[in-house]
Amino acid sequence: MTTAVELAAEVRGGVTTARSATEAALRAVAEQDGAVHAFLHVDADGALRAADRVDAMVADGRDPGPLAGVPVALKDNLCTRDMPTTAASRILEGWTPPYAATVVDRLVAAGAVPVGKTNLDEFAMGSSTENSGYGPTRNPHDTTRVPGGSSGGSAAAVAAGMVPIGLGSDTGGSIRQPAAFCGVVGVKPTYGMVSRYGLIAFASSLDQIGPLASTVEDAAVCLEVIAGHDPMDSTSLREAPPSVVAAVDDGVDGRRVGLVRELVDGADRDVVEAVERAAAALEAAGATVVERSVPELRLGLSAYYLIAPSEASSNLARYDGVRYGLRVDAEDVTAMNVATRTKGFGDEVKRRIMLGTYALSAGYYDAYYGQALRVRTLVARAFASAYADLDVLLGATTPTTAFALGAKTADPMAMYLSDVFTIPSNLSGEAAIAVPFGAGADGLPIGVQLLGPARAEPRLFAAARVLEAAA
Amino acid sequence: MTTGAHPDETVVGLEVHTELRTVTKLFCGCPNRFGDAPNTNVCPVCLGLPGSLPVLNRQAVELAMAIGAALGCEVRPSSFHRKNYFYPDMPKDYQISQYDEPINVNGRLALPDGTVVGIERAHLEEDTGKSTHVGSSGRIHGADRSLVDYNRAGVPLVEIVSAPDLRSAAGARAYVAELRGILVATGASDGRMEEGSLRIDANVSVRAAGGPLGTRCEIKNLNSLRSLQRAVEFEAERQSQLLAEGGTVVQETRHWDENAGSTVTMRSKEEAYDYRYFPEPDLLPLAPDDAWRDRVAAALPPMPAARRAALLALLDDPATSQGDQVASVVDLDLDRFVTTATSRGVPASLAVARVANELAAIEGAGDLDADNVATLLELEDRGELSATQAKAVLADLAATGEDPRELARRRGYERLEVGALDALLDELIAQHPSEWARYVEGDERLSQFFVGLVMRATSGKADGKAVVAGLAARRSTWSEGLGDLGAQRRPD
Repeated sequence: MTTAVELAAEVRGGVTTARSATEAALRAVAEQDGAVHAFLHVDADGALRAADRVDAMVADGRDPGPLAGVPVALKDNLCTRDMPTTAASRILEGWTPPYAATVVDRLVAAGAVPVGKTNLDEFAMGSSTENSGYGPTRNPHDTTRVPGGSSGGSAAAVAAGMVPIGLGSDTGGSIRQPAAFCGVVGVKPTYGMVSRYGLIAFASSLDQIGPLASTVEDAAVCLEVIAGHDPMDSTSLREAPPSVVAAVDDGVDGRRVGLVRELVDGADRDVVEAVERAAAALEAAGATVVERSVPELRLGLSAYYLIAPSEASSNLARYDGVRYGLRVDAEDVTAMNVATRTKGFGDEVKRRIMLGTYALSAGYYDAYYGQALRVRTLVARAFASAYADLDVLLGATTPTTAFALGAKTADPMAMYLSDVFTIPSNLSGEAAIAVPFGAGADGLPIGVQLLGPARAEPRLFAAARVLEAAA
Repeated sequence: MTTGAHPDETVVGLEVHTELRTVTKLFCGCPNRFGDAPNTNVCPVCLGLPGSLPVLNRQAVELAMAIGAALGCEVRPSSFHRKNYFYPDMPKDYQISQYDEPINVNGRLALPDGTVVGIERAHLEEDTGKSTHVGSSGRIHGADRSLVDYNRAGVPLVEIVSAPDLRSAAGARAYVAELRGILVATGASDGRMEEGSLRIDANVSVRAAGGPLGTRCEIKNLNSLRSLQRAVEFEAERQSQLLAEGGTVVQETRHWDENAGSTVTMRSKEEAYDYRYFPEPDLLPLAPDDAWRDRVAAALPPMPAARRAALLALLDDPATSQGDQVASVVDLDLDRFVTTATSRGVPASLAVARVANELAAIEGAGDLDADNVATLLELEDRGELSATQAKAVLADLAATGEDPRELARRRGYERLEVGALDALLDELIAQHPSEWARYVEGDERLSQFFVGLVMRATSGKADGKAVVAGLAARRSTWSEGLGDLGAQRRPD
């Protein structure tokens, strides 16, 4: 399949057109999505119009940008002006925002062609895309398996070759875990590098938008397009983001890499072996690899499952039936709120709202939310001390390869554990990439994870490129 | 009805919410404007649409800092929290507010009577939308339907929390009146209580004087000074009676029913919301640097207390009975009319009286040209216009903004030449010798007879006082002359 970089070059050079690339993507969606169900909404007409605008620019001798004519898939928690945005929740069924997320505007300004909105776990709460209010997405490598989640739709769309690039959001691993399950590259940028304006909030202090792509270079180009300060997001970083495209081929010669025990412990044998092979590949490319234990990372999961639900319980309060989305009428306002939320939210969302409401309650705040914030600080400090002498950390992205649909739906704790390796980077707000590296005994993709400090994306992309070449 | 053991001391602490006079809302670019068509000043941010994010308004921070500086607060680094509760006029179902790190703490406010009230904090927060409940009750319970206007949602507020330092309903009223003056002076508020720019919650308890604090009740949403005073009076009396009858005050939130003139239970302590405050992750901590704080403090205009003192100092008698007039001048922000006039030699007593009474009665008086008003006061002070004439000219001035001399001339009020009045008086005296004789003999009523003649002859242009003065001067000359003549004519 043509990469985004190749495709954009062909469109900019007049070798092919955005329209034909878009038509190919729409055809692939039509052929494959019946089995995969990556998309919740496909806007063929809108996509073709956008493609024609790109082609018109080329015809006029103007440069449409680095993603000229590249079809992209948008996770359905990103607001779009011309397409409904549901966050895969019944409570937002049929809602079309009057505004678009900053990342969507930036993609379009760079020549990308949004073809549709992809499936996710409702409000990004889940690790398998089975929690969607509109049915699960299936893993294109094996449709009896989950694609991971919550950005399972975008990961599956890229893995199936329907589009070269998808956007996801990562709160506790929601880009990296499905990237690993689907065998694509997934980036969780430094918190604040990409504007969250227009991303339907799950846990605001952890959420970050990032690319899913078939190659490291495509992911770099996409990140560079969407990154940068946005005056509409107070938490977006003011400094200009470092160039990742320029760094992709920098290699790892002289880099110090820490293979973190806590980021492989408990993983399946074949996953651990893949990480060890990745370490060897980095060494072969000139890096020094040392083993390192960062015990505080083990605490991340429990802290995360207090902080994320707490913020979610507040972020999701607005779905009350008053202004938009679902309304279930009842005798008074309070009864209407309750009836609407009871009908509109799925079980996992309700579970997390209740967890978070409890954790923030008077008398419990300090023991739960307060304690979780202290643990979060511990995790960040532990990372900082590791980065005192290491450039990059290496570990697994997930403990297993993609599991079967339904395997963990009855056991929320087992489901939560599939994010154990990805959560620490969200807590510290630092950068991480999942890159495909081999396959498990079951033939399904394995993703290894590279972690770095804030704004260290260039060295992570360079390391990921080395692994991509060695895989 | 009070006895020695009777809990006869009222203790009041007030929470005053003031809307800030910013151009735009606290977290978005929508206009902060009262009175527009419902739901026209709204956007994804202030409607709390999914995916939207708040961005803090710099002007609101500056006005909050100005309030803090004016109240002698410590202006500190601060942060925002979310206060979570469901209400249809609150778009996100949480309010962004300051909680344990407010921008202003530990201030004080001195009342005109010398009472000093502690200010515990003055923090920034966003306003909610405005609900209108259609149906018999006018409240959300029992309404047929509710309409919500989100124009007000996200309007910046500063909540000013006093210490429980007030001891009466009148004191509470005086506190809010003084605070209102300060808020208007800083430019933070327009002070329009009738538009909801200032809203008050009152915490009221009673105790035996000097004893430990009693259990308090909070009365919500008092929207006028009159409501505040009545509500506190009622509530103190209610609690007082309850305790006198052996009952206990239950801590609760109460609603002031303006028509019934009483407070009623809104929700008990057990029903109180758990707001589940936690740090607002969408906003960064707010840490104004020293230079910014100093700049805001230095830019503060004089506060009402200082302005009252300045006006009082202009009066000859500092213990003047014009204290209320001075307060009213400052309250209405009309100080410059007094100072402009006095700087041109008009006595302060006249200037204060006319500004506090006549000028204050004119709608939009603050927009008048102070020099024109000073000219008018000069004319009156010099006797070129009578008090009545001056008032008429002031009305013309308010309507047209023209030069008061010209306005007086147009009304035919121009002063008669001194020589012309003298000649006229001599003529009239000559024509009415017997009336003149009676006047000279001491019948003062005759002075009004001559004033009447002069006014008739001059079509009212003459100054009555000048006529009386002219008559008096002639009488004394005449008497002396008569004496001489008499001596000469007296038959031997």
